[in-house]
Amino acid sequence: MEGIYWPSVFFLLFGGIACAFAVAVLFSKNIVRMAFYLVISLAATAGLFFLAGADFVGAMQLMIYVGGTLVLLVFGVMLTSQERFVEMKSDAGDWVIGIFAGGALLVVLIWAAFSIPAWQGMDAAEANAVAVKKTVTPIAMGLLGFRVDAPDRSGYFFPFEIVSVHLLVVLVGAAYLARAKRKTTSANLATGD
Amino acid sequence: MAQFLENLTLFGVRVCPWPWLAYGIAGLVHIGLIINLVAVGALIFIWLERKISGRIQDRLGPTRVGGKFGWLQTLADGIKLLTKEDLMPNGADGLLFKIAPYISFCAAISAFIAIPFAGGAYPWIAQHLNVGVFFVLAVLGLEVFGVILAGYSSASKWSLFGAMREAAQVVSYEVPLGLCAVVPVLLAGSMDMVVIGDIQAGLFTNWLVFHDPFTFIIFWVFVTCATASVNRAPFDLAEAESELVAGFHTEYSGLRWSFFFMAEYGSMFSVSILASILFLGGWHGPFPITSWLGLGGETGTAGWGLAQVLGLANVLLKGTIGVCIMMWIRWTVPRLRIDQVMATCLKYCTPIAAVMFLGATCWHYKLPNKNFFGLQNYPPGVYEVHEGWDAQGVETTDPPNDPPTYKNKLAGESSQPRSASQVTWDKTTILASHSLNSKLRTSPTTGTGAGSPPHSKKRIATRRERSMLISTTTNGLRGIRSILISVGGSC
Repeated sequence: MEGIYWPSVFFLLFGGIACAFAVAVLFSKNIVRMAFYLVISLAATAGLFFLAGADFVGAMQLMIYVGGTLVLLVFGVMLTSQERFVEMKSDAGDWVIGIFAGGALLVVLIWAAFSIPAWQGMDAAEANAVAVKKTVTPIAMGLLGFRVDAPDRSGYFFPFEIVSVHLLVVLVGAAYLARAKRKTTSANLATGD
Repeated sequence: MAQFLENLTLFGVRVCPWPWLAYGIAGLVHIGLIINLVAVGALIFIWLERKISGRIQDRLGPTRVGGKFGWLQTLADGIKLLTKEDLMPNGADGLLFKIAPYISFCAAISAFIAIPFAGGAYPWIAQHLNVGVFFVLAVLGLEVFGVILAGYSSASKWSLFGAMREAAQVVSYEVPLGLCAVVPVLLAGSMDMVVIGDIQAGLFTNWLVFHDPFTFIIFWVFVTCATASVNRAPFDLAEAESELVAGFHTEYSGLRWSFFFMAEYGSMFSVSILASILFLGGWHGPFPITSWLGLGGETGTAGWGLAQVLGLANVLLKGTIGVCIMMWIRWTVPRLRIDQVMATCLKYCTPIAAVMFLGATCWHYKLPNKNFFGLQNYPPGVYEVHEGWDAQGVETTDPPNDPPTYKNKLAGESSQPRSASQVTWDKTTILASHSLNSKLRTSPTTGTGAGSPPHSKKRIATRRERSMLISTTTNGLRGIRSILISVGGSC
């Protein structure tokens, strides 16, 4: 047991869970089960982030993908569940296109991962020498325009503002499109109109 | 704890000769404590709920099982639930139906991972995250997933309706709940729950609920939203028995059903503890008894241990009182309709939380050194508890190290050539001085010579605090804009 490098074990565990359930999403026919498998896959990815010491990104992954997107997805499926859509049947053409697109992306990712020398991994002694960093304060400062990790570089204030305004525009647009055009009744409110 | 076990020797023999054993045992102890807290807590709270509802309705509640107060009633219930037949509807989705209660239960347990039970330099916490508040809110939002899956997979219209209501309600109430939780984060300058708890040390006048009128109001908004987000009456639309039989758990029986209830009581307890840490001083009692008695002191001593145990008792007591208040509300207030629930969130809680957030920001900007509604100055030293980090973002337990460029600036600008990095730090200082508070005004903003004593330790903390204030203010303004627009659109 001494020879085992435990972070690698947990990395493989979380990575294996994420991959296995990602494959399960592909081979499942029921759309709600797909969503459930996707939840486990994304939660395992959050586990990978926590393992790497990126607390903020991990919590963000849980908040946005698992708690936000997937809940809305299942909610949408429940509201619109018709027999035709709950059981998804994909024909051979879909499979061919999907395998081609996914395989191309996989090839690019693997090629990129192995072609960058800095990502070639380190042995246990090197990994133990890396100091654990607190992530959230540097991220917050970076979004405000101050790079505490690299003081001579500019921060991300401008992109942050642009993304915020973009989201605001999306919110306004959604509220405009979804606004109740008839008199408000309790039935409208109940469905979230 | 793992380090402690690794170095522990009993009778000259190392208890854990291998690191993996120490880490494994430490992990198991944490997990065991958390699961026991939720399970035993549910045992007590269900009994308490019966007694409180009985008293409110002029009954006695359980009196027989286990002696005088019927305190073993829940155990008897548990045995009954164990022996019940495990039913599943014919049309149900077997896998999801079976797994849904465990998802809820896991989410309820996981929130306790990042909740501290005693503070100080070595807090009693399973995993000390510096995004603690964010993590707890994120995990609390996951509980709804089990409910939705249960409702969907039960193949029953009552369950489906209950789950849909719950999803709509929880997703909506996350917004005001987050806005309320941001205010203590803003005042503490950190998302670390240990830091938030420790700035409230001392008398109860230091509690953030009494910080200013806005935090006092937002505390009650937080209570409302927390009650709604854990799906308790008057917001328990998802299990409204008068219209939906039992809502999302209509088709459940036996042990699976009881897992839903353990999850519900577990998350009630965790939001109560969250409220107590964010607003009510956490492990600091209303009076600083530990410091009066001279407890605390060196880490590892008996006095320190006793102080931590008292802190633990404070957290658990405050959490229990919070749960009792939720029960009191449940048995007093009638259930709302779904449109009233949504109106409470969108038309009342969210705008009030947003305005109070803005008010608290302005208050803290104008009166940075005051607390207790502006009547009292901060006791010295209390506000200097900050999470340690240095220029590289490397975790430090000591006060933050000064970045060298910043020291140069303090030592006098004329003696040093200005580098690009120095310009950046100057920019930081300029921005900080725009949002200046009096604490900074009194300290020197330019160097007084090479021999000047560095005030920079304190100043870095205050500057960072101020920057976070600005960030949260801009976010808050944006939030208010979007909320006003969405409310306007929905009305």
